[in-house]
Amino acid sequence: MSLSKEDVQRVSLLARLKLSDDELTTMTEQLGQIVSYIDKLSELDTEGVKPMAHALDLTNALVDDEPHESLPREKALQNAPRSDDECFRVPAVLGE
Amino acid sequence: MTNPPYDVIIGLEVHVQLRTNTKLFCRCSTEFGNPPNTQTCPVCLGLPGALPVMNRKAYELSVKTALALNCNIPNFTKWDRKQYYYPDLPKGYQISQFDLPMSENGYLAISSPDGEFEDKNVGIIRAHLEEDAGKSMHDEAQGLADTRIDLNRTGTPLLEIVSEPDMRSAEEARAYLQELRLLLTYLDVSDCNMQEGSLRVDANVNLHVHTETDEKIATPIVEVKNMNSFRAVERALHYEVKRQYEIWQETGNRIGDVPKQTRGWDDNAQLTRAQREKEESSDYRYFPDPDLVPVTITNEQVEAFQQQIPELPAALREKLVDEFSLTPYTADVIVNQGPEVVAYFQSLAEHTGDAKQSGNWVQGEVLRVLKEEDWELSEFPISAEGLADLLKAIQQGELNNSRGKEVFSEMLSAGTSAADAMAALGIEKVDDSALEDLCREIVMANPKVISDVQSGNEKAVGALIGQAKQKNPNVNPGQVRQICLDIINAL
Repeated sequence: MSLSKEDVQRVSLLARLKLSDDELTTMTEQLGQIVSYIDKLSELDTEGVKPMAHALDLTNALVDDEPHESLPREKALQNAPRSDDECFRVPAVLGE
Repeated sequence: MTNPPYDVIIGLEVHVQLRTNTKLFCRCSTEFGNPPNTQTCPVCLGLPGALPVMNRKAYELSVKTALALNCNIPNFTKWDRKQYYYPDLPKGYQISQFDLPMSENGYLAISSPDGEFEDKNVGIIRAHLEEDAGKSMHDEAQGLADTRIDLNRTGTPLLEIVSEPDMRSAEEARAYLQELRLLLTYLDVSDCNMQEGSLRVDANVNLHVHTETDEKIATPIVEVKNMNSFRAVERALHYEVKRQYEIWQETGNRIGDVPKQTRGWDDNAQLTRAQREKEESSDYRYFPDPDLVPVTITNEQVEAFQQQIPELPAALREKLVDEFSLTPYTADVIVNQGPEVVAYFQSLAEHTGDAKQSGNWVQGEVLRVLKEEDWELSEFPISAEGLADLLKAIQQGELNNSRGKEVFSEMLSAGTSAADAMAALGIEKVDDSALEDLCREIVMANPKVISDVQSGNEKAVGALIGQAKQKNPNVNPGQVRQICLDIINAL
């Protein structure tokens, strides 16, 4: 299975990445190689094998409902590209 | 409306915020109303390397709720990532459940005491456990074209309950929501506060239009959002049905002809508006979340949860009718008030030994006061035992029902017992021989009444009751009537 430029364009849109035409060409080739490599897996006969939900053979990692301290607000906001004293600020979200 | 040429098809998606202290995957508090961004941590901020861990309580509350909705609880469930970019979703994906939800295939019975629709079971496709997003606020006040984001709510546990498209009218949809909310209240799994967003409703609605050849044509499905009360849901659905029929007549569009549309209810304008589609982002690309391990549950554990489920509204309504001989209407009124009022009624009925009288007093006086004062039952000052003393006094003829209501008011305002309130109002049981003497005196003073009664007009005795009450306000009118008639008939 190989990727088309349109596939990569669509994935970049979903990932909110803006790629130049050159980057798109490079990405299509590189991602294509990765996908072809992964594609080897479909050579295996998985007839009758249940899909795996998790790589670890582990279930029920649950913890009690006891509150811990949260981050101080200035810490929570410190990595945001934009913020004010209280909130993260992002470009306007319209329509909702 | 007389038989419109279409069936209305409604399915509801309800998001219920579960009553936990902490979030679904981190131990930040879920308390409502705190300053923005004071309840966050690396996990719910989606910082790289942070790992989610499932809240046991949230899973348990989900199982209980699903069981109460008659759902099957699979022995194995897992969580998946639902990818989309939105500023209130810092990870870029929501942890939700895709192909193996924690419950499926249930139903909720709805009924209409006033016969608006026939009793039915609304199917539940699934209920699954997922995390909430944060809150976006458009900052118009500061004149900046910015949206402000508060992530306190991010990661709060939500149970998404998805119904089958089984509802055929806005009234059925409202009944489903009311019954669901009541059920959640009895289970004590959520505070169900719509204003605080603890219960959110989206509706999927379309029409099956009847054609002249007796075909039914499905129109495109519309998802309606932004309904902030049950009344808003009902109105939005009424509006949407009318709008869709008009569109059908105009365009003839069938399901599949146009993409599924999302519309928002504008409660001020009382109409729905098309919402901007999240365009290409609707490719959620679900895959199992590698940060979370699956959860398993044995049939024995499911059975143990089943045992923890309290008596639920539908069963209680039946019980109040079958065991307490209440009318279905009174049983419905009492059960719809919640488990505390039901317990109060049961205690009252036990103490008075008269379920009918107890039901009438709870439905009439107690609920009236709760409504007038905007009280919860816990704030109501008269205990079931205290009220039972009053009702027993009425049963024993010490006072009649309307005097009883005066005593009830006195008990409320003075905070006293039935006995003290009766004393304060000067109510004493009138001695039997004193009552007889009083009646004889009045009868003898009213020869006209005697002759009227003797000539067959028993109603004439009513005039004597008023006179007796003037002489002694504590007399029981029914007793006076009977004694006076006996005296006249024995003359």
